[in-house]
Amino acid sequence: MRLSKPPSEHMTQFIYDGTYAGLFSAIFEVYERRCEDATIIRQQNFQALVFSENIEVYTDSAKAERVLKGLRKKVSPECFANIYSCYLSELKGIENTILQFVQYVFANRKNVEDNYGNASVLDISQTARKVGREKHRFEAFVRFENIGNRLFYAPIDPDYNVLPLIVPHFRRRYADQDWIIYDTRRKYGVHYDQATGQVHEAVIDVTTGSTDLAPTGISFDPDETLYQELWKNYFRSTNIPMRRNMKLHLQHVPKRYWKYLVEKK
Amino acid sequence: MKTSESRIHEKLGILADAAKYDVSCASSGSKRRNDNKGLGDASGMGICHSYTEDGRCVSLLKILLTNYCIFDCAYCVSRKSNDIKRAAFTIEEVVELTINFYRRNYIEGLFLSSGIFKNADFTMERLVTIAKKLRTEQKFNGYIHLKTIPGASEELMKEAGLYADRLSVNIELPTESSLKTLAPDKNYEEIFTPMSYLSEAISEYKAEKALIRSAPVFAPAGQSTQMVIGATPESDKDIMFQAHTLYKQFNMKRVYYSGYIPIGGDERLPGIGTPPPLIREHRLYQTDWLMRFYGFGVNEIVSDENPNLDVDVDPKLSWALRNLHEFPVDINTADYAKILRVPGIGVGSAQKIVAARRFGKLDWYQLKKIGVAMNRVKHFVVCSKQDVLFGDATPGAIRHHILAMGKSKYTASYSPQLSLF
Repeated sequence: MRLSKPPSEHMTQFIYDGTYAGLFSAIFEVYERRCEDATIIRQQNFQALVFSENIEVYTDSAKAERVLKGLRKKVSPECFANIYSCYLSELKGIENTILQFVQYVFANRKNVEDNYGNASVLDISQTARKVGREKHRFEAFVRFENIGNRLFYAPIDPDYNVLPLIVPHFRRRYADQDWIIYDTRRKYGVHYDQATGQVHEAVIDVTTGSTDLAPTGISFDPDETLYQELWKNYFRSTNIPMRRNMKLHLQHVPKRYWKYLVEKK
Repeated sequence: MKTSESRIHEKLGILADAAKYDVSCASSGSKRRNDNKGLGDASGMGICHSYTEDGRCVSLLKILLTNYCIFDCAYCVSRKSNDIKRAAFTIEEVVELTINFYRRNYIEGLFLSSGIFKNADFTMERLVTIAKKLRTEQKFNGYIHLKTIPGASEELMKEAGLYADRLSVNIELPTESSLKTLAPDKNYEEIFTPMSYLSEAISEYKAEKALIRSAPVFAPAGQSTQMVIGATPESDKDIMFQAHTLYKQFNMKRVYYSGYIPIGGDERLPGIGTPPPLIREHRLYQTDWLMRFYGFGVNEIVSDENPNLDVDVDPKLSWALRNLHEFPVDINTADYAKILRVPGIGVGSAQKIVAARRFGKLDWYQLKKIGVAMNRVKHFVVCSKQDVLFGDATPGAIRHHILAMGKSKYTASYSPQLSLF
């Protein structure tokens, strides 16, 4: 965890509910209370420490919006989006990095988002890049299967919470088919309805009781198995055995992504 | 499995296998949006949906329409005289495969090539028909890369450009003499003519589009080409000078260097069992990058005095060792172009350095955090006038030091390789 002072000194822990609005409500409170030794931690990760004062933050979207509005005025849209990406990384301590970055930005009159000499600026940039790479990987590795009535279903298991970031891409691309993308680790998903063009949170009927929603091979569309087999065939045929390089292969497609890739079954 | 299913499996196996030597895999550079509630889009960055076990990206459905061919090019697995299984897709089969793979997010689009069946125009027309069907009947907005058959008419090429995102015709070999020897049916003129037509057409349509919003889009991802390397005796200088000409003269988006994979059957070519020239291919790509992104002129890296690239060090480091008088570079005062030339600093780091400098002087610690390869950088850079350059100043000593400290993935292959020519 990133701390501004050694743990033996007094510290104030601000506990928030895990939402983006909650995080920025906490930042608002840090400023309101003029707290100098603040750390922000989400409810799920909270642990009481001996010398810490604990403040539970109530999520107030008006307060959060005030901070965000001020931030929007001081940094580029790209940088503003990077902060959101960092939040989605769910990395331990990222809230403190974001807090330090926000404090640094507000403490300076001109735009300091390019000062990679500053530790929190660099950290935000590098974390956003990590999340960006995972997002890009998931735009690539999502595999849909036709589970009948032209409803295409894809399970994912990303390291970072990239589902909000990939939904716009899939909305644009698959505008004419119904689809669901479901994050099996975080247990929530998004359903796109092609008739209305709207997305809403997916409700999965887990009648089997099993929480692992990997494609079981059971599908209502008669051609689904054929296309999966054709894809595996293509994947094998396009490989050049004389150039075999498993190290490079694994670098690009680490084993933790193989679970939901049709060609790796 | 039904017979129709096993038949399509067989075709796919044969025709994907035959297409894999055309290494172009790009799916980026286009600007096709899904404005018509159709299927798909192809915008900006490409996406690599998978990677084969040889480490190459799979982003498109890359197939031949047919591997029947009337030509007999010695380096090609589908040449007329080779005794292999031949197959052909129907137009409908290609369209169905593309659409169904696309819907499942397996691919960004289609890469369609073909052996030459009957004649160039007959073959080209079928390729164009497939692209047209995808766009107009299926409302497909994904990426389409069509090969241009040398000798095809201008009318067909024009139509191709209106439906495809990228078009390409392969120069095949780095010099015309090699091509004439191994592929007597082909010649440079029949290859340069479509390249020239395409580069002109692309810029004309682009200019028109800038003025009139409703003007049609023509091959928005430009054109590319490919050379087989290691099949014929050209030096790296021959190859890169040719690449440079192609970039300058025809405005190529990419030149690809495909290491020759021996297929046997011709004594003039490396025999089966010869390992493909992977390190050489890698060095050529690094040189290509230096030319396009790092501001190097081609003759700075290869020349008559240095016709072949170093095997054990990359071309940028090699250039730096030959030009030590250009160093050290002061990281806080040198301009962007000079910083780009420091071994161990890539485009991303160079940009960060120049941006961060505005706020204050950078020191070694910050430089390291930005992510430069310190193992190399420390021999070529100072952070302030008081700094003393690390280590010995002779090229040999620096090279030795970097190699000793580094962990090159090629170290096992650095044994002196016998030259084949």
